[in-house]
Amino acid sequence: MPRPLTNHRPPFWRRPQLRAWLLQALLLAAVLGGIAYLFDNALANLARQGIASGFGFWNERAGFGIDVSLIAYDASSSYGRAFLVGLLNTLLLSALGIVFATLLGFVIGVARLSSNWLIRQWAAVYIEIIRNVPLLLQIFFWYFAVLRPLPQPREAIELFGLAFLSNRGLVVPRPLLEPGFGWLLAALAAGLIGCLLLRGLLRRRAPGLRRWPWMLALLLGPAALVLLITGLPLGWELPEFQRFNFRGGLTLTPEFVALLVALATYTAAFIAEIVRAGIQSVGRGQREAAYSLGLPPALTLRKVILPQAMRVIVPPLTNQYLNLTKNSSLAAAIAYPDLVSVFAGTVLNQTGQAVEVIGVTMAVYLTISLAIAAAMNLYNRRVALVER
Amino acid sequence: MAMPRQSTPLAWLRANLFSSPLNTLLTLLGLWLLWLVVPPLLQWAWLAADFVGTSRADCRSGGACWVFVREHLPQFLYGFYPAGERWRVNLGIGLLLVLALPLLVPRLRQFRRGWVLALLAYPFVAGWLFYGGLGLPVVPTARWGGLFLTLVIAGSGMAAALPLGILLALGRRSELPVVRAVCTVFIELWRGVPLITVLFMASVMLPLFMPAGVSLDKLLRALIGVAMFAGAYMAEVIRGGLQGVPAGQVEAARALGLSYWQQMRLVVLPQALTMVIPGIVNVFIALFKDTSLVLIIGLFDLLGIVQAAVTSPDWLGFTREGYLFAAAVFWVICYGMSRISRRLERRLDTTADRQQEMA
Amino acid sequence: MTEPAAVFEHVDKWFGQLHVLQDINLSVGRGERIVICGPFGSGKSTLIRCLNGLEPHQRGRIVVNGIELTDDRRAVDRIRRQVGMVFQQFNLFPHLTVLENCTLAPMAVRKLPRAEAEQLAMDYLARVRIPDKAHSYPGQLSGGQQQRVAIARALCMQPEIMLFDEPTSALDPEMIKEVLDVMVELAGSGMTMLCVTHEMGFAREVADRIVFMDGGRIVEDTATAAFFEAPQTERARQFLGQILAH
Repeated sequence: MPRPLTNHRPPFWRRPQLRAWLLQALLLAAVLGGIAYLFDNALANLARQGIASGFGFWNERAGFGIDVSLIAYDASSSYGRAFLVGLLNTLLLSALGIVFATLLGFVIGVARLSSNWLIRQWAAVYIEIIRNVPLLLQIFFWYFAVLRPLPQPREAIELFGLAFLSNRGLVVPRPLLEPGFGWLLAALAAGLIGCLLLRGLLRRRAPGLRRWPWMLALLLGPAALVLLITGLPLGWELPEFQRFNFRGGLTLTPEFVALLVALATYTAAFIAEIVRAGIQSVGRGQREAAYSLGLPPALTLRKVILPQAMRVIVPPLTNQYLNLTKNSSLAAAIAYPDLVSVFAGTVLNQTGQAVEVIGVTMAVYLTISLAIAAAMNLYNRRVALVER
Repeated sequence: MAMPRQSTPLAWLRANLFSSPLNTLLTLLGLWLLWLVVPPLLQWAWLAADFVGTSRADCRSGGACWVFVREHLPQFLYGFYPAGERWRVNLGIGLLLVLALPLLVPRLRQFRRGWVLALLAYPFVAGWLFYGGLGLPVVPTARWGGLFLTLVIAGSGMAAALPLGILLALGRRSELPVVRAVCTVFIELWRGVPLITVLFMASVMLPLFMPAGVSLDKLLRALIGVAMFAGAYMAEVIRGGLQGVPAGQVEAARALGLSYWQQMRLVVLPQALTMVIPGIVNVFIALFKDTSLVLIIGLFDLLGIVQAAVTSPDWLGFTREGYLFAAAVFWVICYGMSRISRRLERRLDTTADRQQEMA
Repeated sequence: MTEPAAVFEHVDKWFGQLHVLQDINLSVGRGERIVICGPFGSGKSTLIRCLNGLEPHQRGRIVVNGIELTDDRRAVDRIRRQVGMVFQQFNLFPHLTVLENCTLAPMAVRKLPRAEAEQLAMDYLARVRIPDKAHSYPGQLSGGQQQRVAIARALCMQPEIMLFDEPTSALDPEMIKEVLDVMVELAGSGMTMLCVTHEMGFAREVADRIVFMDGGRIVEDTATAAFFEAPQTERARQFLGQILAH
């Protein structure tokens, strides 16, 4: 580095580099010091209240029941297992919510751009009403004003003779997995992996070939073979009304149904706006150029508009997925046993170990957020428009 | 010269509703939905509804029982605030509306300095009016509720989120690695978790972090949590705006000899903030809706108070009326905010698409 | 006399209350090169956009290659396959390579097999002198290169008529020449061309006819030489005076 023109070095408080380091050192000290102070207080307060520290409670007996669970659980299971039950419930609710919200959202988003005035207005009304009312209020509405006042199981509403809606929930036929089912799943998985491999191969060796008939065959072929050999390894257990309630079948509690409907309809309104904005973001000139080349509207949409629109749609779309997952925590308000309700609710109340419990809960959601953000960045990089 | 036929109502119907078989089918679907929804709704909410009365017994007709709402209206609006002191709430909110006026009427530009001072003084004046002390009787925060509480939480959340968001956004874009890291961690932490856990954390964990003997008011805890949460979201919105200001602006400011804070305050932030007004208003709208979550930690905002009313033994079974009322209030305010945002957006929109349309 | 390539008969068009095309009568012969010029807002872009159905007309007849342009979707599609258009803003598809931009329509609309479409595209890309960029993306090209690709793309559909809507107005001065050169060469090959442009040098060199529009009307429609040496109307004289002054 060349020597400065003057021999006069400024005093250290005016040298920018030194100042920067000094500032940062001070900031770091303040932050770390602040955290240390808070933790110190916390430990003192906890000790005074006789609350344990650490994760010893994880393997202790929970002592409470959970009425909706994907895995085996009872009052003698550990707190750790309760955590798992809550986590699985959250994931199930979020996954189903995302699927329904996406379907509904895309339909309404396209309807918002329909050439039919009436459909356009209906879509607009839906979006404007749902978006401007709090989600919690909508959950309460579905739960307290729609599902709870439903009639008793004895007078349940019948849906297509297969499902029954009452104030105890929605009862649907339960799928019974017979022994051959594992093979079916394995065949489908093998087909999927084969497909992915084949896609890369075909793209390089035979670029002009229409790929999808071959891919479809590869995906379904093994599965079809298994079906031929074993027959369809799927049975159904139909619900039957006996005495006071339904026996058999799969019961979806009113809490679950209310949450799912509210989450799906709420998020769909936001997804609809994202889809609409995405399609409209593709400049008018693109459409005109395609038309001038003789492409009919359907083909224009598929090959020119949608690929460009998806670039604009996907990032905010994944943001909405994230929001839906976080919003599922509102289950605590109507006592559906999701992660927050079970873990940061009941477990926290029983053990009193607020720091550990809430820390773990926040860590779970943070992990999900970061995972989705990372996946999103990957997608963005792959589909970025190549520019100078 | 005469206009061609296309402007007649019949032609409009043909083009917009019946232009093809598919379209006709869709129109029929739309009309059927109308028929399904509107007449029963009108019947229940208006024609057969009960508007007059004082108790549950007056709701006999089977339509909506608006008596329920009327009887509870003071509670819905003020919570448990003592009746004789409600004028203070009205005064405080009224002052806020007066302060907000210049946003909608741009011509009052010359009073800008006075306006900023008034804006800075408002939180203290309002705090004194609502809480008491110094000559006014104290009304503990446990008695605050209803729409009043919602406005307090949303208002202070918005007031805190903006400066906090600006600082965080600037910090995240800083060249100093420690500053950048601290701000990024802070933002991602609050953005990655649900508001419910933030509120739980604020109401359960915050007391643990305080030295012995110091206890924070429950409302204050919630306000802190909400402020942190909203600040993180606001930071991301503002960061987008900062990225949109061309690099040449900062260079020009530096060439003129402005210090870092002068550059930000006089050149960069005015442009960045104007650019993301829609984003800022979106954060405000989301914040307003999210205030309803405080009922989970035992504060009685508008939704909380309505929920308490519909589950009280005297008035069971009027969930629809209560929720519709609350939904209407929220809807009016949120929709109003989004309209203002759209108007501001349109006024500031100078994109190239407009010019291309004219050619 | 052979059938004209395109005919406008008493065509009127309104944008809301604005009467943008007033009683347009124009006949375009096969192989004719016509330059349409006029002041801003005279309706010249609207005129050629009506020809391939991008803008609907409310009154009169437009006939292209014997097919009348009506609300009928099939007629519009058939016409668009025979008419190519080059836009002021290029409007290349940014998510496709240059080659894919050119082969999209021939494969999707004319159902050409891929190998044939690509050969065709490479031929035209060579003609516009940009074959080396076939696998680049539009975002990587300069304005002039993009516009040449746009011309090749339109030519790949092998149209009978080519429309140009101010093709050089969005280009830097250095790039205007490369695009005009391509257009001159295209004119020399016998293509029927309708060109809206301010480039009077190009008009003088290439055009058979000049159509001058003002306020939605065709004010003058004469042979090129006649237009430049002795414009018949005062309005045209004024316009030429302003355009050629610098």
